[in-house]
Amino acid sequence: MSEQDLQQANKLLVKKLLAVVAGMFVFVYALIPLYDVFCDITGLNGKTRGKALYESVSVDDQREITIEFMTNVNRGMPWEFGSKTAKVKVHPGELNEVIFYAKNRSGEETIGQTVPSVSPGQAALYLNKTECFCFDKQVLQAGEYVDMPMKFYIDPDLPEEITHLTLSYKLYNITEAVNSATGATK
Amino acid sequence: MADHHPTGIKRWLFTTNHKDIGTMYLWFSFVMFIVGGSMAMVIRAELYQPGLQFVDPNTFNQMTTMHGLIMVFGAVMPSMVGLANWLIPMQIGAPDMALPRMNNWSFWILPFAFTLLLLSFTMPGGAPNFGWTFYAPLSTTYAPPSTDFFIFGVHMMGISSIMGAINVIVTVFNMRAPGMTLMKMPLFVWTWLITAFLLIMVMPVLAGAVTMMLTDRHFGTSFFDAAGGGDPVMFQHIFWFFGHPEVYIMILPAFGVVSEIIPAFSRKKLFGYASMVYATASIALLSFIVWAHHMFTVGMPVAGELFFMIATMLIAVPTGVKVFNWVATMWKGSLTFETPMLFSIAFVILFTIGGFSGVMLAMAPIDFQYHDTYFVVAHFHYVLFPGAIFGTTAAVYYWMPKWTGKKCNEKWGKWHFWLSMIFVNLTFFPMHFSGLAGMPRRIPDYNMMFAGFNELASIGAFGLGLVQILFLFIVIKTVRSGEKSEKKPWDGATGLEWDQIDTPAPYHTFDTPPKVS
Repeated sequence: MSEQDLQQANKLLVKKLLAVVAGMFVFVYALIPLYDVFCDITGLNGKTRGKALYESVSVDDQREITIEFMTNVNRGMPWEFGSKTAKVKVHPGELNEVIFYAKNRSGEETIGQTVPSVSPGQAALYLNKTECFCFDKQVLQAGEYVDMPMKFYIDPDLPEEITHLTLSYKLYNITEAVNSATGATK
Repeated sequence: MADHHPTGIKRWLFTTNHKDIGTMYLWFSFVMFIVGGSMAMVIRAELYQPGLQFVDPNTFNQMTTMHGLIMVFGAVMPSMVGLANWLIPMQIGAPDMALPRMNNWSFWILPFAFTLLLLSFTMPGGAPNFGWTFYAPLSTTYAPPSTDFFIFGVHMMGISSIMGAINVIVTVFNMRAPGMTLMKMPLFVWTWLITAFLLIMVMPVLAGAVTMMLTDRHFGTSFFDAAGGGDPVMFQHIFWFFGHPEVYIMILPAFGVVSEIIPAFSRKKLFGYASMVYATASIALLSFIVWAHHMFTVGMPVAGELFFMIATMLIAVPTGVKVFNWVATMWKGSLTFETPMLFSIAFVILFTIGGFSGVMLAMAPIDFQYHDTYFVVAHFHYVLFPGAIFGTTAAVYYWMPKWTGKKCNEKWGKWHFWLSMIFVNLTFFPMHFSGLAGMPRRIPDYNMMFAGFNELASIGAFGLGLVQILFLFIVIKTVRSGEKSEKKPWDGATGLEWDQIDTPAPYHTFDTPPKVS
């Protein structure tokens, strides 16, 4: 190979390799939605799906599932947040309601967002919520108290071996994030 | 003319010569090795006895974090690039690396990257303290302000590694001497070629991970923040997608080194050359589908645990092929035990121990007990110290005559070897036991019941640290006043660099390509 041909060949190969590098960098960012899609399909992550519709689901009286409710408040969130029921026993297919409550103990308007998680993770796809405060952000004035109903039913297809579920909510303070986002768009 | 080169500081700043750059890489990695090693000394001093004696817990965490980062990115990786620079052109009959200016740049980024990283010790809040794996949210929400310097440092060393890797690939693909087909290349070149492909695949992933950290910290994104819809476990997936190939990046070139040295001192051809190449390639391919074995305890479903467990155990097969081939090469060979050979044999034995503890860790149900204990620390130090570092040390002893024209003193070399061999085991072997008994990683204080094992490990570590200073003296003494070497100091050595180049290698080699039959 002559000197010039070699230079050409080197340049071409460098370009190809740089394309691989760029491709991998893009791939990392693509992984974020890809993982979400993967978890959504398989329900591996314990993330519940969005709003479900309750339509004539057959109730399975034979099975009884115990559901425990857990609530956590993140650092820097001045709210009280809890469930009025710690634990219920339900039949798969029946529509149930549980009341959660929140109280803003601070002197300022605060915006909160809860993030649900189900354990064991495989059960996440079978826990269907028709109404949940976690679908929206919550705005509470200083000292305001609110009862928040959550309606759900368990899909009768829930795998046999699962008899206990835990539905956990974590409450985050998103006041700053929301204000800076709206401030930016104004 | 052949030996003309600029002198003084400019020679080193502006050099595009692969030998100069290789030398700088090797010295740089040794400096980092000492810096990271002194942090290990602080860790072992604190752990010598239960209770807090020397440093507060936050400083201790900074020590473990920076020790890991410096050793991985500052010591092991640059030492392998240094060997690649020195050896690849000579072994394939090329006059230099394909992209010499980029080569200079990829080296000179490193001192700046590590200066930034080390400066973080002087900043308010101290250096990064979240472990070398920098899991979010420890490295995002709860991290010290200096983390941004860490992020920038990682970006720079990532760019350096990618450029180094591109250079190796282009050199090997386009600059081989006529007749040097791929399957005639020395194994060191092969393992480095595969390593270079791993590097260009995963260093951008690391760059992406730290970029996400940066935007999470300052620009309101929520990649790893559950409050904004992100997921901290996502960080672990991304990190280990980089991290597992990374561990092979650190070890594959050392596989190549011992595959050169063992045949030379067995006076036999390497057993199973082709299977060595395929085994290395299989290890590299498998490394992309095993990452979640680092995260068995995050709450994966059984299907995931099973997949990653089986895929991980599969890696033991090509690795077993390699160990078998090294042993078979020595089988019925006319063995002699000069220093490079001693380090290589120790490599085979101790790396295999590290491999076995790896197979133990690969078993998902058992990993729940071992996870985040000293057993893990014992495992990866067995594959890194007697693996990557013994490999590099063996390479330095083996090719030193070619580089400098002078031989290392065998007596001192053997002292270096035997003391290293004793102390490396004294340091890391007890960690298996304290780990099995339940001692967690990354803690400055521990239960009384682990005191005996820790005392042994600390004594071993202080000895191991001192012995590496002896290595520095051996190298300096060799360069200054070593015994002059004949053209081929090892009678079993083969390859273009021994057969066709003078000793010491002149500044410019293979201006006209050699004929390879």
